[in-house]
Amino acid sequence: MYLNQFLLLAAFLFCVGVYGVLARKNGVLVLMSVELILNAVNINLVAFGAFHATVTGQVFALFVIAIAAAEVGVGLAIVLLIYRNRRSIDLTEADLLRG
Amino acid sequence: MLRNAWIIPALPVASFVVILFFGRRLPRQGHEVGLAAVGLAFVLSLVAAAQWVDRPATLVVEGPAAEGAAEGHATLEAAPAPAGGGHGEPGAEAGAEGEAGEGEHEVEPIRAPVEREVTWYQNGPVTVRAGTHMDGLAVAMVVVVSLVSLLVHVFSTSYMHDDRRYTHFFAALSLFTAGMLIMVTSSNTLQLLFGWEMMGVCSFMLIGHWWEEKNNSDAALKAFFTTRTGDVGLLIGISILFFGAGRTFNIEAINTAALSGGMSEAVLVAGAAALLCAVIGKSAQFPLHTWLPDAMAGPTPVSALIHAATMVVAGVYLVARLYGVFWAAFDIGEGGVNPVALFGGITVLIAAALAFVQSDIKKVLAYSTVSQLGYMVMALGVGAWTAGVFHLFTHAFFKALLFLGAGSVSHAVHGFDMKKDMGGLRRAMPTTFATFMIGTVALAGIPPLAGFWSKDEILLGAGENGYGLFLLVGLVGAVMTAAYMTRCVYLTFFGSYRGHGHPHESPPAITVPLLVLAGLSVVAGFLNAPGIAKFGEWTENATVLMAGVAHHEFSVGTAAVGTLVGLAGIALGFAYYWRNLGPHRLTDRSAGARAGYRFLANKYYLDVLYTDKVVGSIKGPIARAAYWTNQKVLDGVVNAAGAMARVAGRFVYDVVDQKVVDGLVNGAGAGAEESGGALQVLQTGRLQQYAAFLFGAVVVLGGALVLFA
Amino acid sequence: MIVQNVIFGAIAGAMGLAALRVVTTKNIVHAALYLVVVLAGVAAIYILLAAEFTAAVQVLVYIGAIVVLFLFGIMLTRAPIGATAELDNDQRGVAVVVALFLLGVLGAVLQDAFGSTKLPADLAPQRTADVGTSIFQTYVIPFEVVSVLLLAALVGAVVLARRD
Repeated sequence: MYLNQFLLLAAFLFCVGVYGVLARKNGVLVLMSVELILNAVNINLVAFGAFHATVTGQVFALFVIAIAAAEVGVGLAIVLLIYRNRRSIDLTEADLLRG
Repeated sequence: MLRNAWIIPALPVASFVVILFFGRRLPRQGHEVGLAAVGLAFVLSLVAAAQWVDRPATLVVEGPAAEGAAEGHATLEAAPAPAGGGHGEPGAEAGAEGEAGEGEHEVEPIRAPVEREVTWYQNGPVTVRAGTHMDGLAVAMVVVVSLVSLLVHVFSTSYMHDDRRYTHFFAALSLFTAGMLIMVTSSNTLQLLFGWEMMGVCSFMLIGHWWEEKNNSDAALKAFFTTRTGDVGLLIGISILFFGAGRTFNIEAINTAALSGGMSEAVLVAGAAALLCAVIGKSAQFPLHTWLPDAMAGPTPVSALIHAATMVVAGVYLVARLYGVFWAAFDIGEGGVNPVALFGGITVLIAAALAFVQSDIKKVLAYSTVSQLGYMVMALGVGAWTAGVFHLFTHAFFKALLFLGAGSVSHAVHGFDMKKDMGGLRRAMPTTFATFMIGTVALAGIPPLAGFWSKDEILLGAGENGYGLFLLVGLVGAVMTAAYMTRCVYLTFFGSYRGHGHPHESPPAITVPLLVLAGLSVVAGFLNAPGIAKFGEWTENATVLMAGVAHHEFSVGTAAVGTLVGLAGIALGFAYYWRNLGPHRLTDRSAGARAGYRFLANKYYLDVLYTDKVVGSIKGPIARAAYWTNQKVLDGVVNAAGAMARVAGRFVYDVVDQKVVDGLVNGAGAGAEESGGALQVLQTGRLQQYAAFLFGAVVVLGGALVLFA
Repeated sequence: MIVQNVIFGAIAGAMGLAALRVVTTKNIVHAALYLVVVLAGVAAIYILLAAEFTAAVQVLVYIGAIVVLFLFGIMLTRAPIGATAELDNDQRGVAVVVALFLLGVLGAVLQDAFGSTKLPADLAPQRTADVGTSIFQTYVIPFEVVSVLLLAALVGAVVLARRD
């Protein structure tokens, strides 16, 4: 197996995730896209870990997973608050910082 | 005293200061200080004169190349003093200090002058000195001035009694005396100018002593302005001669430079012409003589001192002192006509003519003074230096005598008009009459009185030096002088009394000076009589000898002619007045005579010319033109500059400040605002848009890296 | 070898499609489900790469917890069940462009760098013990930090979301 196939797969996922972050209106969907990105990164890490026959890749992948979990938790809490305050989690309506 | 001659002028200066500050508080209102100072000055001047006479003649002066000095110099002593005669005085000389000049040179040695100077100030290479230069001429002048001043002081104590400004009068008299003494003893032209101007100021003060009456203040102003017009010439002349003589003000140096060819012809003539203007102004020569008769508005003692004996002769003294300059500039030795003699001669005649139509006794004497000043200037102009100076000397005595006599008369009758206030006073005022007669005869030039000797010398000089025209002028002038004085005497002392008062003889304070002067008028002439000729010996200085002024033998013929014309004048007067011969009341009968009389009465319309035409045209059109120029042109320029500044300011404000500067500032703000507004579009507040930019930037950078790295 | 490649290809295809559906579907819940597919595929990839422990954790945490969180979130925010009108905002075009360009850049770079790199033929599964040892010895401090982070996140989420 080529290393590149995993890397390219990860890159693809990453770009899809980017697209999702940029293009989705719903806050939750944005968070989902962020998950895609994180997963892409994870794939990268593990692939390189396997490539170098070291366990470090996995370790860091585990860390990323943990952080992703934390991030989703907090993120959803925020989305909830937004929903409570505005009755909508449409990100295009959240433009209070508009200049 | 010759070395300390500065004391002589210093005394009247001190007395001026003392009288000015303390005069009122003194028991005699300050006249005692004045009298004491001038009296002491006179004594010291006599001492100086004695010292001068005693001085050994050690200075040998070379005359000019060919003609050499004298023919028959019977007047100078040949015996010299032992060389280096114990005095060691510094003096300016032009020839070798000599031992006995017996037969070796033709010139006889003269007394070396005593010059003593201190440095006044230094200005670069030029050092200006102040000091005294005592020679025979200076000594003679000092004696005359201090004597006449003393007598006038004595006279004034009675004449000016109860005057409204008695103390001030004496202060001014002291200051005047000081000024004249400074002038005659000065060693350089700058100091001479100083004394000259001091006298001008004092003359103004004294003529206008009773300035409350407009006549008097007008007369004072006229005198001042007219002499001032001439004084411009003095200043210019001094400056020209300063440069011409190699940057020195010293009179000896200037004379030497002038006679030895050190100055170029143009400089010499320019300097002499300028100085001549000053002489014409101060010594009342034609055409600037108009101030002197008007100056009679001042008190009579003032007229006697200033306008007869001392100040007016300052011009004559100037010529005599700087004779080298005049001699060289106008070639006086050549004969014919020269400006100096010309002005003098014209003055002699026109003033004498005017004296005939005056009814104010002082005015007669004033014109007589002008005429006699003309004689002096003419004498210097025809090369009779000693004659001119000697006439100055004798004239001072008998003219002062005449003026004081007129003062005595007017004091008695309280008026000056001969026709209205006087007449037949010889019985009421015998002393005054006698002394006045002596003065008249002296003035007319009848031997053996003083006037004869001096006038005769003038005529001799004119005739022998090749100035025949001026000899004629002198003779005609003598006739006229005698005639108008006879008229004056007749109208004043003879006939019947036409006034309203009770005239009586004046007190001794007035008559004693008259007697003294009368005595001097009799004997002073003998000082230079042929055979004695001491005056010439004592006063002729290095300049005169260097110039080569000629000396002449006494000519019986000239003397006889001179006497005859004088007697003729008296006879004419006698015939006209005593015997009633001649064309009486001619003006009633003849229109021509009337016109002539009017011409004379209006003083040849010179006053009209000066006041109305010259001054008037300056006051009128020229002043108006100057005012117009000032208002329209100068003010116009200034106002225009101001208006332009305003316009420029407005422009700067409106355009530069408001539009450009404010525009820039506001523009910067507006630009910031606009760009902010433009950039505001980016600030949607939408998170995803920011994220889009972020990733987009990453893409671009990454792409760039990939492509170019 | 070949078997691995085929399996990889299948998994990668499924993941790719599912990922695309996540970001394009109009149904939120479907998006979440597609996410599950992606996550499962990731776990399979891990196994292919002989990282078994990580695969297990992936399934447990990601699919088991995070997706559930997502579903809770969808529920609590009253996300519309079923297809809705628009879930995409109006900068889709930009996003597509950016994503494509990004893909291009990344792909180019990767191809350039690792184009011919092969994974070692025998990928022995890495032992969980080794993973544990590495975490608790070499990387103990990051581990502790992450735990604190989790704690903070927990507290934060509670604080943020509580009603008062």
